[in-house]
Parts: sequence; structure tokens; C-alpha cells
Amino acid sequence: MGPLEVHRVRFFGLVPAGVRCLAYLPRRRRLALARTDGAVEVYGLEEGCFQEKAIPGHQARSVEALCWAAGERLFGAGLSGDITEYDLQRLRPARTVDGFGGPIWSMVANGGGTRLAIGCEDGSVKLFQVVPGGIQFEKNLDRQKGRVLCLSWHPSGTHIAAGSIDFIRVLDVRSGRTVQRIMVNYHVPKPKKRECVVWGIAFLSDGTVVSSDSFGRVQFWDWERGTLLESHTVSTSAVLSLAVSEKEDSIVVGTSTGATYQLQLLPVKAGSQEKRWVRTKPFQYHTHDVRAVAHSPTALISGGRGAHQAGWGGGVPLPDASSPRSAWLPGLDAQLVIRPLMEKVQRKGYEAVLRKFTFPHRRLVSCARKARLLLFQFSQHLELWRLGSTNETGKDGEVLPVCRMPEHLLQLKSKVGLGRGCGRGLGGLCRPRSAPPRPPQGPEHIYCSCVSPCGGWVAYSTASRFHLYRVQHEGDGVSVKKVPGVPKLLLPAYQLQCASDAGRLFVGSERGSVHVLQLLEPGGCKHLHTLRPPAGTAEAVYLLASSADGNWLAAVSGDWEIHVYSLKHFKHHCTVPTYSCAVTALAIHPATNNLVIAYADQQLFEFSIPEKQYTAWSRTVQNCGLHKAWLERDSPITHIAFNPQNPAHILLHDVYMFCVLDKSLPLPDASTPLLNQSTLKQLPEHARQRQLHAFKICKKFQPLLFAELLEENRLVLVERPLADIRAQLPPPVQQQPFGT
Amino acid sequence: TGGGLRVVFLGGCPRRGGHGCRLSRRRFLLCTAGDFVKVYSAATEELVRLLRGHGGLVTGVGLNPHNRLQLYSCSLDGSIKLWDFTDGILIKTFTVGYKLLALYALDSCEDSVFVIIPKRGERDTFQLVSVKLTKTAGQDVEAKEFSVVLEGVDASPKCTAFGREGEYVASVKNFHLQVYFFKRKQLNRFSLRATNAKGGNNLFTCVACHPKEDCIATGHADGKIRLWRNFYHNKEYVFSTMHWHHDRVMDLSFSIEGTSLLSGGVEAVLVQWHSGSDCKKDFLPRLGSAIEYISVSSDGTLYCTLHTDNRITIINSNLRFSKSIQGLIRARDVKTGLVVDPRTKALVLNGEAGHLQFYCLQSDKQLYSLDIVQQEYIQQAGLNQTDLVKVAFSAQGKWLATVEEREEEPDLELHLKLWFFDEETQSFKLNTQISMPHDDHITAMCFRDMDELEDDSLILVTAGKDCLFKVWVILEDTDPEAQQSLSWSCDFVGSYHNYQATNCCFSEDGSLLAVSFEETVTVWDSSTWDLKCTFCHPPGKIRDICFGRLTCSKYLIGATDHGFLCCWNLLSCALEWSAHLNVVILQPDPLSEHIAAVSWLSKESSLFVFKPNEPRPICIQRNLCQEKIQFAAFVPRDVPETVGSEKYVWLRRSQLYFLTDAQELMTFSTKSSEERLTVSSKQLAVEESLPVTPFSLLLGKHRHQQSQGDIDLTKVVRNHHEQDSPAVKELLHTPAHVLPSASFLCPIFINSLLISKEKKSAEEVADEVEMESEEAEEDSDEEEDVTEMEQENTKSMDLLGEITCKLSKAEEKELRKVRKTDYSWISAF
Repeated sequence: MGPLEVHRVRFFGLVPAGVRCLAYLPRRRRLALARTDGAVEVYGLEEGCFQEKAIPGHQARSVEALCWAAGERLFGAGLSGDITEYDLQRLRPARTVDGFGGPIWSMVANGGGTRLAIGCEDGSVKLFQVVPGGIQFEKNLDRQKGRVLCLSWHPSGTHIAAGSIDFIRVLDVRSGRTVQRIMVNYHVPKPKKRECVVWGIAFLSDGTVVSSDSFGRVQFWDWERGTLLESHTVSTSAVLSLAVSEKEDSIVVGTSTGATYQLQLLPVKAGSQEKRWVRTKPFQYHTHDVRAVAHSPTALISGGRGAHQAGWGGGVPLPDASSPRSAWLPGLDAQLVIRPLMEKVQRKGYEAVLRKFTFPHRRLVSCARKARLLLFQFSQHLELWRLGSTNETGKDGEVLPVCRMPEHLLQLKSKVGLGRGCGRGLGGLCRPRSAPPRPPQGPEHIYCSCVSPCGGWVAYSTASRFHLYRVQHEGDGVSVKKVPGVPKLLLPAYQLQCASDAGRLFVGSERGSVHVLQLLEPGGCKHLHTLRPPAGTAEAVYLLASSADGNWLAAVSGDWEIHVYSLKHFKHHCTVPTYSCAVTALAIHPATNNLVIAYADQQLFEFSIPEKQYTAWSRTVQNCGLHKAWLERDSPITHIAFNPQNPAHILLHDVYMFCVLDKSLPLPDASTPLLNQSTLKQLPEHARQRQLHAFKICKKFQPLLFAELLEENRLVLVERPLADIRAQLPPPVQQQPFGT
Repeated sequence: TGGGLRVVFLGGCPRRGGHGCRLSRRRFLLCTAGDFVKVYSAATEELVRLLRGHGGLVTGVGLNPHNRLQLYSCSLDGSIKLWDFTDGILIKTFTVGYKLLALYALDSCEDSVFVIIPKRGERDTFQLVSVKLTKTAGQDVEAKEFSVVLEGVDASPKCTAFGREGEYVASVKNFHLQVYFFKRKQLNRFSLRATNAKGGNNLFTCVACHPKEDCIATGHADGKIRLWRNFYHNKEYVFSTMHWHHDRVMDLSFSIEGTSLLSGGVEAVLVQWHSGSDCKKDFLPRLGSAIEYISVSSDGTLYCTLHTDNRITIINSNLRFSKSIQGLIRARDVKTGLVVDPRTKALVLNGEAGHLQFYCLQSDKQLYSLDIVQQEYIQQAGLNQTDLVKVAFSAQGKWLATVEEREEEPDLELHLKLWFFDEETQSFKLNTQISMPHDDHITAMCFRDMDELEDDSLILVTAGKDCLFKVWVILEDTDPEAQQSLSWSCDFVGSYHNYQATNCCFSEDGSLLAVSFEETVTVWDSSTWDLKCTFCHPPGKIRDICFGRLTCSKYLIGATDHGFLCCWNLLSCALEWSAHLNVVILQPDPLSEHIAAVSWLSKESSLFVFKPNEPRPICIQRNLCQEKIQFAAFVPRDVPETVGSEKYVWLRRSQLYFLTDAQELMTFSTKSSEERLTVSSKQLAVEESLPVTPFSLLLGKHRHQQSQGDIDLTKVVRNHHEQDSPAVKELLHTPAHVLPSASFLCPIFINSLLISKEKKSAEEVADEVEMESEEAEEDSDEEEDVTEMEQENTKSMDLLGEITCKLSKAEEKELRKVRKTDYSWISAF
């Protein structure tokens, strides 16, 4: 591949929403995360961390608490006062039940996952039973004034500890009575007395109640006597969140200065039974509030509302100093940090790596290759931009002046939803009739969007509606016309893809189905066919890939099955052999019709669609194994593209690198460095030839959200500089260097 | 008195200063000081004992865990000594044969101590070994049986610490912490990366172990403290970090129960951390200078910190400052030179930053510290701070002139301050402050030494690099509303061919002022400020000048930096004599004609004492010390000393003190080294067969006495005089129920007072004794216990009544002296 002319796009003004709460499901190693805009995401933590499912939020649906119950059912509750169960197969809220206690601040499930307890604004704690198909109100526990901000079940399920402002209560579940009431700011002198907000609570099986409060303390109480056992002042600012490991020997807390701390139960002396909680590791990955923490057996997970500063908090020895993560860029807002506990990790590899997630693993940018347009998807609107251009040519590494500035052509705002579109009525099992319908305020969030390669069509979908626009280019200006009469049966759409000739639009939908729409000139559409997997599935389609010749379509559903359909005959062609790992990106080669698949564990496969089998190159890769450094990358491949001029090239990218995979070159063996571009440059020609290997990696552009090859060796790279995001955040809590 | 001059070290630089200190339960503070161990009382801050005996730098002390009245000390001379420190008795010497760099004595180890020794055959590699201290009889024991515990430890005693009940030992070096568990024989190593992403330096500086729990605290070069726990797991170890210090943590120590941790560093703040938390901590600020060592008394009631400026601070456990033991404060840089305060006869020099210390030589204590700069000292590297550079006293000590400067390229800040001694407050009060008295550095400053009955005659001269010398006089303010009636102002400005003025001094009568301008000495009439004459001895600039005194006042002495010492006659205005000598210091004795010149040639300093009227030196003392001598001063004696040899007659009225580059203060003594040894360290001349009881000691002493016959006379007398008094003391201090019958004791006691027959003519002896005793009296501050014993002696005589049977002449003399002593103190009882 010759030199590339790179469009370095930095005008995508995406600001991810902050992390509000986390819920960890230890059995399946799934992490549910709710953002401040109401979006809910599910991450798989098994092999690589991949955002497997994402449910876009809604202005009216804030999520204050998430919990897993009854196996793998996910419940959320928020300030709207409703408890929502999420349908993780169809990626939308399934049922909603009103809690009748005002805004809900906290919700926890008991150990068996059979009951939910919610803490409400009015000071009540209510119990719900999780039944098949919904939840059922069980009883009200003793109500006292003061909002219930946090709750924790005793592992035996007999008692609940509830934290409010200034006090903690312990409630007996059977009788519903308050059996203990502990004032938390009893020791504060009178004139200094401020409100002490108990932000987090945990009930340990030995009867200890752990509380974290706005005074920066983590306190341990004997619930029966109501006495303070230990108090650790971990911070001068509020401790906002608290999570306990399953073994109850470790606690992680998050503070409003962005620091997280670990407390560990350690023996006082070697071999003695006496143990004590000790504050051990401080981490400073965030600059703003850490509103949510979770504790997996091998990692501390924190979700921040703010940017982190580069560097390791505690100077912990790295497992492998040469690993590529030792040089971290400054992070940014709304990131999820997974900090492995080195001592618990048995082998090096995926688990032993600090991970930070800032951007969704979804495609938010689509590119009209021929028209040189970019479509940016925000949570509530779309932006269409025309790329700038230059007349000049330059040498390698040179920055060319832009003679035509990039142009913001169009902004499409998501419309106010149709009222009750989000499945509210569906789960009304115990929904009382008297409740007045509350129309959602504000626009709905966008699920997916795409622009056709010619730039003439823009489509997007929200929870309730699918929109198709015809974009007319008149000179430098554009005009938009909404296409009327869009078929209604398509909803909800999870992925949109235009065929390369712009004649067809593919809509990935629920139950593994893909709708094929015919786009008609001058501005209309027709539903042609719905493709379904032969065996059927309950999961929605989340990735699509169509071939350049318009014959093939590959669709990935939530169960990670890849189905290939023939578009000529509208019938199922084959299924790619199942690989039990999430597919993060796939694409069909324009020349060979080989399907290239990237998995969350960083494996790469090439599957020949006509031959219905893996290609020889793919088998070689599997036999040799990929390079260790490649496998230890912590961010999934989010997009695959090809170079029409050189069929042997596969273009891959994740957030931190852009890679040209040259199939004609030998694979790197374990001894050669994976990242060798800079050393290659200094070598003489003949030596360079010997050092070449298939992976050509460029880390110049970070964080990378999108990469696509246009014609004439032009590459579009969409970056989102972290400094830009940080500039949009409120200033972090300032702390004096010596804290005095 | 035979022997020559002996150089005596008085106060210390850090190398000779404390290498560690321990507080015993009985509130003694044990501190290493050069070749000695000093035992202070923590209650009264008095020096109780000085344990001498090591032949090299003492590097560590440790209380004997099985006998709280004993202590071990180790030294670079390769021996461990066991002392009874309350009585100052050396009990045993264990010869190890290696340089010993640190010593740890543990409760759990019955018969062995741990020491750090260099590894054989490797440079700068040290190992921690356990030395078995055999219980064999005899004073000098070989201790060759040792086993290596840890390899590759740091030489500093702060970098190794023993854990709870001696279960493990932790040692840090560079970026590694190693923990060895004795019972499991398991060695765990933990490493930190050299720097962290934020640029912190993770270098380990010190370590301390929790006394009750399994917890190790380590200090780091970037000021962090890490608390390590769970370190018996190689993997699941944890540490928490506490950070307050902004520069390296110098020492750490846990309180006796382990509830709090003390740390100190260059900030001169003692930090007390509670329960291993970053959030709860207490501070004791303004301790003067960087904290080097922290020690906790074994009953936990007192803390003690040792500072880089050679000061010991005793602190109550509630973090209240209690006492401070300070000798000569080590300044960062002595620029003022050694100046004698005429009022107190104290040595005055730079002390704490911006302060002037008044150091009393007799009591080895700081009298007081005068804040000259009056600015808060900011501890920061690379910051130019105001520094005190010149000090001068008027003849009676009524006025004090100080010069302070701060050099911030390219600007120079200069202040000349004049202080008046206020009789009411008994301290100096600022009278006049002159900003920028010169445009460049002030090189010299002197008062006209006249009998200052009148303030009018008082003149101060400053010489500067701006090629001027200025004369300052007192003006009386006529304005009745002015706060003070006196102030200083410039009276005359002189210069000579635009050369830099380098030195100035007044003649003894004050009529002439000599100012040196580079290569030329100019002499000015101090009443009219006329240039009288000039002297020059090219090549070479004038380094130092002084006028001769008393009978030699017609001479002017100058030293040039080309190695010439010149003596000019002021009457003939001609060069009287000159000598080829690279003189760095020229110091006239204010009370005699003698002038001391210190030369520096090829790594050795030599002293020449001469009178200006004869070109031949009276006394030459070569190779005073290895270091370059920076300053010297004659301090007048209270009582003139009797000096036997003509050679040392210049020591009669004043004593000469030196300060070397390494800030060691030294002086001369004519006494031989054995004489300076305390009595107590000789007490161990006990026959091995006898159990060591006070009584046996008493008997043993007596026998020992008899056996030594052929010792020179004066010494015997002296020994006698010294040694019988402790015998009586023992007698009186032993409880009555363990004493043998009085009839048994009486002859022994009387015998001890007798001098054996074979002594020479008593007259001579008596004379000698007289001189000796005078000397002893004078030295009474140094050898307090001796005088005390003398008083004890007299008391015992009173008690025992008519024992005045047959006394030798010497003893009659003794008695006469006793009669003369003042008994008024008895009436107080």
C-alpha cells in the first residue's frame, strides 16, 4: 500500500455520559452499567472486555440503581419512581412497575435473587417479589423520615440495612420493623454539625454493617449493639460508593475526588485469627466523582463521572512493564475502569491488565465513501459533515494545508417520542390503573444510523420510530426530505447498513431478523423481504456486513451466531462455525467475498462465503497463533475495512491503534516486536524486507473512533481528543498537593 | 606534665556526631558521638556519663534486652563493647574483627546480637550477620562465631529493622525490600519501580517494624511512607501509602504500642501518624533542622529526635516539646568565622539558618541563639536565602554588628545591622539597620577596640569589594520624641586606587587603621582619616592582616596568598622580616603578644605561634589534622593556666580553638590522653576471681594499687587522689546491711589514704600537687564527678572523725585544701 492521505477528523463532538451505577453478575461475569442519560450497557468480562449489549437511554428514564435478580434478569430503578426490567434480548425496557414511594434511590436484590428491596424518597423500604414475567409488590417495611439512599441485604436475607441522611437503619424483613437505628454523625461536635449523607452501605454476614458517608469515612458497625467497630477516614471528600467482594475480605470505595480505595481484611499477625480492615491501595483514575464501584473476584471496577489523570496511583509493580499499557494517554469523562487485583490473577493476559473504557464499542460514525460525507451519531441528534480537501501533496508525515474546510451540512434532531413507545404497557402486570400516564419528555435516544455511500440517503432509528431521509445535494448546499410511508413493522432497529450501490437498506432487527428495504428514487422505499435465521433466535441482530457485489449479507445476533444470507435468492446461505466469543466487527471482502471476523478475545478469522469454510490463511493464523502483544491488547477491534487496490490488505482499528494487516507477508513470531514501524523506518532496504511482518500498526491517532478508506488512497480517521472532552467537563475538585 | 600538645575534638560534624540514640526505660539518653557514647539524663539534659574506650567511630548502640542497665555499642574498630552505662563501666569487649556498621540487640535472642559488616572481598557490599556473644569469663573475648542472615543490605542502620518479637527482619536497599522470617527460614523480596508515572522517586530510605503486628513501614525518597502488610505472601502482600513529606523521609519509628508512627525529614517537622491512616496525623513543627533519627523510649513516654545540626530534642509522647540538648549547632555553612563574645566568653558563629549561636565552651552548651535575619527559613533546594556572613563585637560586648546577604543573580541584597546589648532583657536589641552599606560583598568588618566608656569613640569599619571602606559612627539624635537616641551612620568613605578592600583591622590603641587593598596594605590615622603609609610585598594579594599587641604593637603582620608572612615595622615603615609560609589564618591573642598562624600545605594543617618581634616561631605544631582549618579563635581563660614548658607559654592566658572545613571544633590540651580518661573507665581493674560487687571493686582497687609501684611520682599522687574518692563513695553508697563490720573496713579505708613509703621528697610533690589541683579545679566542668567525689571525700572524713593519725605531707596539703573549701552548701541542708 502506498502512502495514504489521511483526513484527521476531530470535529466529532461526542461527550459520553457519566457512569451512574454498576451491577456485577459474578456467575456469568457480566457487568451491567447505567449511564447518567439512562442508557444501560452490559459488558462481558470473560475474554477481553466487550460491550455486548447497549440499550439507549431516554430523557425521562434516569437509572439510579441496577441489579441482577432471578438468574440473569436485569432490573433498574430511578428517580421516575419506576422499576424497569430490561429485555436483554430485544435490547429495550421490557416492563415497568411504579414503586409508589416517589423517586427511587436504591434497589438491591437478596442473595437468591428472589426479592427486590427499593429505597424511596419518602423513607420507605419496599419489597418486591421477582416472579416469572415481572415483579410483584410484597410489602412495605417500617417507614421513617428521610430518603433511603442505599440498601444492603444481609446474606441470609433476614435483615436489610438502609442508609439515609445522618443515620443507618437495620430492618427485620419478616416483621418489617426497624430493629436498630444508628446515628452516624453522633461524634461530630455540635457547632460543626452538618448533614452526614450515607452514600453506601454493605451488610456483611458476620453482622457488621459497613457504611460510607459524605464526611469521607468508611465505618464498620456492630448492628446488634449499634456500636462503632472501626472508622477509616479515607478522604477529605465524600465517599460516594462502596462494594464488597463475595468473600467479604475486600471493599472498594469511590470518592468524589475521583480516587478509589481498597480496604482489605488482613490478619494482624501471621497465623492469628484476629483480622483488621486496612486501607491499602489508592487509585486515582478519575478526576470527577466515582459514583459507582463493583468488586469482581479479580478486579476492582469503578465508573467515573470524570476524566482520569495519567499514571498509576499507588506505584504498584506492573506485571509486565513492557506491555503496551504502561504508557497511557490521559483518559476522559465517563470512563469505566477495570483494575485487576494482581495478586488474585493467576496468569498474565487479559485479566492482568488495567482497562479503561470511554467510548462505546459501537459504530457511531458512518461514512459516505463516494460523496465524502461523514454522519455522526449523538445520543439525540445526527450531524452530517462534508470532509475538507487539499490540493497539495507532501512527503511522509507532512501536514497538508486544508484548502477547503470541513463543512457541517446538516443536523437532524431526534423527535419527541410517541408517548408510550418504550414498551411501558407491555409489562403492566401489576400496574395500577389509577396511575396517570406520564408522557416522556424530550427526544428519544437514537439506536443506530447510517448514510448511504452516495450520500443520498440518511436513515436512523429510535426506540419507537424509524426515519429515512433523502438528501439532495445542490451545489454546496443540501436539502433534506423525509421519506414518507416508511413501513412500521421494522421496529426496533439495532443496526442499519446501506448496500454499496445504495439501492438497498438493511435493517438489523429483533429475533435475528434482517429487513431488506428497497430505496426508490426520487424518495421512497419498499419493504422487500425479511431474512431470518433458519433455527430462529431470540437475540437481536447487532452487526451487519454486506458484500460489495450486493450478493451477500452477514448478520450477527446477540448469541454471536453469524448467519450469511444470499441476497440474490433472499435465503439463508450458511452459518459460520460457532466460536463462543462476542463478535466485535466483521466485513466482507469486496473482491473475494471472504468474511473477516474479529472477536472480543482479539482472534481474527477469515471465512470464505462461497466455499462455506475458513480460508487457508485463516487456518494458518490459527495454527501459528497470533502475536502475544496483539492478544493482550485491551480494546476490541471495532471496524474492519479493505483496500480495493490491494486485496491482500485488511484495515483494522480499535481505539488505540490503526492496523494494516497484509496477508501476503509472514506472520510475526513471538520473538519479533509487534510494533515495529518506527524501527523499520531506520533500517536499510534489504534489512527492512527481512523484518517485515503482516501487522503494520500505527498508534499516531488516538483515541480512534472510526477509520475508513476512501478512493484514491485516502483514509478518514475520526479522533476524539480527550482534552476536548475534558474541556467540556466542570473543573475537577481541586486538592492542595499536600492536603493541608 | 610531659607529652606534647594534643588536639582534642570538642564538637561535631555529622560524621563524628550522633549515629543513633536510644532512650532507656530509666530515662537515660544514649547517644553515639564520635568515638564515644554519651549518656544524658533525659530529665535534666545533663551529660551523665561519657563512655570512652572505642578506638574508632561508634556506629551503633543498643540496650541489652536482658539487663536494662547495660548497653552494647559497636564501632568501626571491630569490637562490640558491653557497658554498664549508669556507672560508666566497661564490662566486656567482644572482638569481631570486621568493621561494624550497625548493631541490633533483640529480646528474643539470648546470646547473640545482629550487626552489619562489610562482605569480605567485595566493596560496598554489606551483610547482616548474627554474632554469638560467648559467655566466657574475661574482659576481652573473641566473637568469631557468626552466621549470615541477609546479604546485600544497606550499610545504614536505618535500613534494617527487626519485627515483632524478632520473628522477622526487614531490610531495604535501593528499590527492594527484603523480609526474612527466622522460624520459617523464608526470604521474601518485594521490588518497586524506580520512578512512578508522576515522577516520584520510589527509592527506599528507611524502614521500621510494628512492635505488635505484622506491619512494616518504609520511607521513600519522594517523601512517601508505605505500610506493608501481609508480606508473608509473596503475591498477596499489600501496602498503603501515606504522603506528607515533600522530600525524603529520613527516619521512621513506631510508638511502643504501635498505635502511631513517627516520621521526620528535612522539613524539621515530626509527624505522628495515627492508626496507619493518611487522614489523622499530628505535627510538631519548627524543630530547627532536618530530623535524622527518631527514637522512642522503652516505656513509651518520651520520643527523641536527632537533627542534622547536631542537636537532640526530647519530646513528650503527647507531642509536646520537652527539652533540647544542643552543643555546637552545625550550621549549613559557617561564614562568620569564630568570634568570641567579650561578655560571656562564648564562641559566636553561624547556627541555625539566619541565627547567631552563642556556644559556651565550658559547658558544651548553647547559651542562646540570636535571630539576626528574622525571616522564616524556607526549606527548598536551590532557593537563595538570606545568610549571615559577618559578625563583630565591640570590645566590651556592648555592640554587635552583623552583615547578612542574599545573592540572587545578578542582584545582591546586603544588610548591616547594629545591635545594642540591653541590660534589662539581657539580650541584643536591634538599633540600626543599614540596607546596602556597600555595593558589593563586605569582606571585613571591625570595631575600634577602645575602652568604650564613651560611645563617641566607638567606630565601626567595613571593607567591601566595591573598593571602598566605610567608617560608621554613632550619632545622637537630638529629637526628644525619637524612640532611641543613638543611631549609626556613615562618617567616612575611603578608597585606594580603586582596588578591592579585603581586610581591615585597628591597632591596639585604636589610633591606626590598616586596610588591605588587594596587594597593598594602607595605614590610616583613625582620628583624621589621613593615609599614613602603605606597605606592599608583591607578588600576591593580602590574605590577612593584624597588628601586634602589647610590647609588639609597633608591628603589622600580613599574610599574602603567595605564601609569605610579612612583618612590617610601623615606626620605620620598613619590612622587619618575612617568612615563606602559606598562611590561611592569622590570629592574634588578645591577651599576649603571641600570634597564631595556621598554614595549609598538601593536605595538612600546621600551626605556628610567634611573636612579631622575633622571626623565629615559639611553637610549631605540624599536622594538626587532615582537614583544612577554616577559622581559629583565642578564647581568654578565666584563670591563667600553669604551663610547664616554655614552648606552650602562649597557652597560658588564652586557649586556641579551631574550626575545620567539616565543622569540627578542636582545641589544644597539654594533658596526656590517659589523664583525660575518666576514673570510672579504669575501675574495671578487677581481679577475675572476684564477683563484681561494689565492695569487691573497692578491695580490688586497693590490691591493684599496691601492685603498681614503679609509676612516676606525680601520676601516683594523682591516681591516689582520684581513686580513693570513689572508694569512699562506694563505701557510703553501699547499703548498710551488706557492708562488712566497721572494724574490718576501717583499716582498709585508712590504708587507702596512705602513700607508700618509697615516695621522694614531699616538698616537690606538694608543689606539683598544688598545680595539679588547680588544674583539676579549673577543669571541674569537664570532670564534674571528680569534684563531686572530692566533696564526698571531705564528708567522709567528717563522719569518720579522728583519723588524723599519721599523715604524709601530701595529705596534709590535701587536708589544708579541704579546709579551704567552701562548706556553706552544708548549711542549706
